[in-house]
Amino acid sequence: MELIKIQVTVNGSKEILDVPPNLSLLNMLRENLALTGTKSGCEAGECGACTVLLEGEPVNSCMVLAVECSGLSVETIEGLSEKEAMKKLQNAFIDLNAIQCGFCTPGMLISAFALLKRNPDSSDEEIRMALLGNLCRCTGYERIIDAVKKAARN
Amino acid sequence: MKVETNIPELIGKDVQRVDVQDKATGTAIFTDDVQFGRNLLYARIKRSPHPHALIKSIDTSKAEKLPGVKAVATGADFPKRIGLYLKDKHIFARDRVRYVGEPVAGVAAVSEEVAESALDLIDVEYEALPAIFHPHEAIKPDAILIHPDLGEYEVANFIFPKADTNISNHFKVRKGDPEKVWDACAAVVNRKYYIPHIQHVPLETHVAVAKVDRAGKVTLWSSSQSPFAQRDLIAKALGMSPGNIRVIANYVGGGFGCKAGLTMEALPIALALKAKGHPVKLRLTREEEFYTNFVRQALAIELKMGCDKDGNILALENTMYWDGGASTEYGVNITRAGGYSCTGPYDIPHVKADSYCVYTNNTIGGPYRGFGMSELHTGIEQCVDELAEAIGMDKVEFRLLNAVQDGDILATGMKMHPTGIKECIEKVAHAVEWGKPSEPCAPNKRRGKGIAAMWKAPAMPPNPGSSAIIKLNEDGTILLGVGGQEIGQGAFTVAAQIAAATLGVPYEPIRVIGPVDTDYSPYEWQTVASRLTWSMGNAVKEAALDTRRQIFEIVSQAWGEEAKDLEIIDGVVISKASEREIPLKDFAVYGIPKNNFEGWIGGPIYGRGKFMPNYVTGLDKDTGQGERAVVHYTTGAQAFEIEVDLDSGKIEIIHAVSAFDVGRAINPDLVRAQMEGGIVQGISSTIFEQMIFKDGQMQNPNFVDYRIATTMDLPKRIESIIVEVPQDDGPWGARGVGEHPMVPTIAAIANAIYDAVGIRMEGPPFTAEKIFTHLKMKDI
Repeated sequence: MELIKIQVTVNGSKEILDVPPNLSLLNMLRENLALTGTKSGCEAGECGACTVLLEGEPVNSCMVLAVECSGLSVETIEGLSEKEAMKKLQNAFIDLNAIQCGFCTPGMLISAFALLKRNPDSSDEEIRMALLGNLCRCTGYERIIDAVKKAARN
Repeated sequence: MKVETNIPELIGKDVQRVDVQDKATGTAIFTDDVQFGRNLLYARIKRSPHPHALIKSIDTSKAEKLPGVKAVATGADFPKRIGLYLKDKHIFARDRVRYVGEPVAGVAAVSEEVAESALDLIDVEYEALPAIFHPHEAIKPDAILIHPDLGEYEVANFIFPKADTNISNHFKVRKGDPEKVWDACAAVVNRKYYIPHIQHVPLETHVAVAKVDRAGKVTLWSSSQSPFAQRDLIAKALGMSPGNIRVIANYVGGGFGCKAGLTMEALPIALALKAKGHPVKLRLTREEEFYTNFVRQALAIELKMGCDKDGNILALENTMYWDGGASTEYGVNITRAGGYSCTGPYDIPHVKADSYCVYTNNTIGGPYRGFGMSELHTGIEQCVDELAEAIGMDKVEFRLLNAVQDGDILATGMKMHPTGIKECIEKVAHAVEWGKPSEPCAPNKRRGKGIAAMWKAPAMPPNPGSSAIIKLNEDGTILLGVGGQEIGQGAFTVAAQIAAATLGVPYEPIRVIGPVDTDYSPYEWQTVASRLTWSMGNAVKEAALDTRRQIFEIVSQAWGEEAKDLEIIDGVVISKASEREIPLKDFAVYGIPKNNFEGWIGGPIYGRGKFMPNYVTGLDKDTGQGERAVVHYTTGAQAFEIEVDLDSGKIEIIHAVSAFDVGRAINPDLVRAQMEGGIVQGISSTIFEQMIFKDGQMQNPNFVDYRIATTMDLPKRIESIIVEVPQDDGPWGARGVGEHPMVPTIAAIANAIYDAVGIRMEGPPFTAEKIFTHLKMKDI
């Protein structure tokens, strides 16, 4: 398959990559850049484990092609972990034991981060709606929702 | 054994989990995150499209010639059978396929795309056979045999397959004689239920990477609850020594039972044996995850239960047909567990139970959080409700009257230990204001309350071992090694708490050695059965006591004092006799110099501990009787208040309450986290989940058609109550609670639905559509 040259800004660094046209953003991050904090759970846009920010907006990276990201900026859990607002969320998740196996956690945190950036005073209902696309099988969600509320308060 | 009553400060404390900093920042390494470089090959699997067929021929020659293909394997290369309790499956199907999705051939290639293309070039010729999809069909005398060679299979001595049938285990309980007391009963209920297949749905699908070196030594990186059991099973399947196999198990992205035992992990090894030096990765797609590995097997259960006019349950007849699927190597023990726990948590004098594990051409049943208990209790706890109602007794009082107590002789002849089940029942009833009607929020809605109790014992061989090691670092901090796995439940954290509390060192600096590695970690049977806090906890405690003993030996010798006068507080050894003190860091590795530099005392300190229950007895094949069937039972209860929408059939959960007797909560918040996660998984299985099959082919293998609970499906209020009646041989009395919180959920919600609208259904899921249909049938 013919490779296409793309330039993507990932966590603030410019990356120039030769990628096949069918490579997903998820696999570009995990395979080409070894940014394994972004998880692969279904590759069908149904579970949210691969959520990253594309131009500041949360997307399922399995449903975006790498070539679509040329010239755009992508932020993953590795990069976002340096930001204060994300640290607040992470600390709240840790304090409230909103993490068990941890596989959904990066995607969950990024969806929550995007929500709080958009609307720091989100209601319970808005938090649930924002996290609807992020599946978790361990926690039962309640602690996750409480953690997002706690981070919003701080 | 006597329960230790002196509780250190760290026991019962909500310390921060040892794994969460990494998990919150995306730096925790799961198996698929391990980097293997450019030599890595990708495996894909050719699977059976038939539920039952003979394999006439397999031609892989075209696939082998495809550029980029490095290895192709089929069942021809792997004749040995595999299985945990019953050796009834192969790595790849050999002469016949028995379910849709069964591995028939595998390809390892330079990319997933090449491997996938190669699969299309493998020609398999099948001769279709009649297939069976329900255990009732499979037990008919003229049913086609799914395993004609069942009589020749190697089997554990407590599993009883019936040759020349589709029954791979028949567990019987005979206690008293129910026939004699039915006439004396004031009420008798006869009920049948069917609990369908569901899937575990861990967010991380199965993934395993295998490498075989030139000398033939195997290394496997796998997302596994059971690296040691896996190593042993692989060794037997390949005819190798376990010592030549190394399993490295990183953090597991959700297990719930499906990553126990051995399922797909042998497939990449089969390919790696043919591509030596290359790591070979197999990662299941979400679709494969749904129906090619373990699922929760379906259960068809028939119950007859009777009580006297005062509410005493007198007799139970319980017949269970477990749909074990195409292989029951693990499932046979679920059948056994269903058998010895057949009464639910009640004292019943006359019991006849038959628990059958039945082969079908459905996907393979295996361990699932609860190990048969959710299915069993779905039946038992609805019958209990109906009996109470039949004699006009309150359902909570009825349960309190019949609940098992210390000293009761159980259906197997085992004597019950102290348990807090009555307290659990009372607490959940109180929390939902049992007996007090509450108003629905709209005229087209009905409210109802339901309760269910439960018990569950760890289901395992009589002798599953645990071990632990503790190494002291130069600065007096410790490294703790365990072979139990961190699958989200907090096992590493609890192990670290137990180690620190026993040793007398601070918790925070403890590092739990990871990943679990069969070459470097101490042995652990499997991370299953809610057994780690209890079993591994005991091993960790013993390792810490061994470490203390070595520390005291050094210090008592150096100071010329007696070991009994020494204590360790916050990492400092203190003498109660002389009031001398020395921090561990001053001698942890290098020892203590003797006076006047006349040599040294001590050296590196390395503590070890183990635990294996030695008191579980066999049970009689014909009666299920024996002195001690299991190590112990964890008991509990749940109560729900729900609202049913008459216009749509949709149910909303207003209040969900759990109470479980955990013996001793080492980390109470982690216990509550298990209760919350468990009840939501239970609710999900009650309202949404069912694997839908058509001719053995799953019709809904994705998250759109197989819905699990999301953030929008939560109860309005969840409450979790800890009860502590100590276990005599648990660390400070602790026993496990990982699986239990989803066991009573289906029954409790079914009872609440009945309370609200007066309908009972054959089985879950209680979807809006199903409830609405039942409402219409009753003109509600």
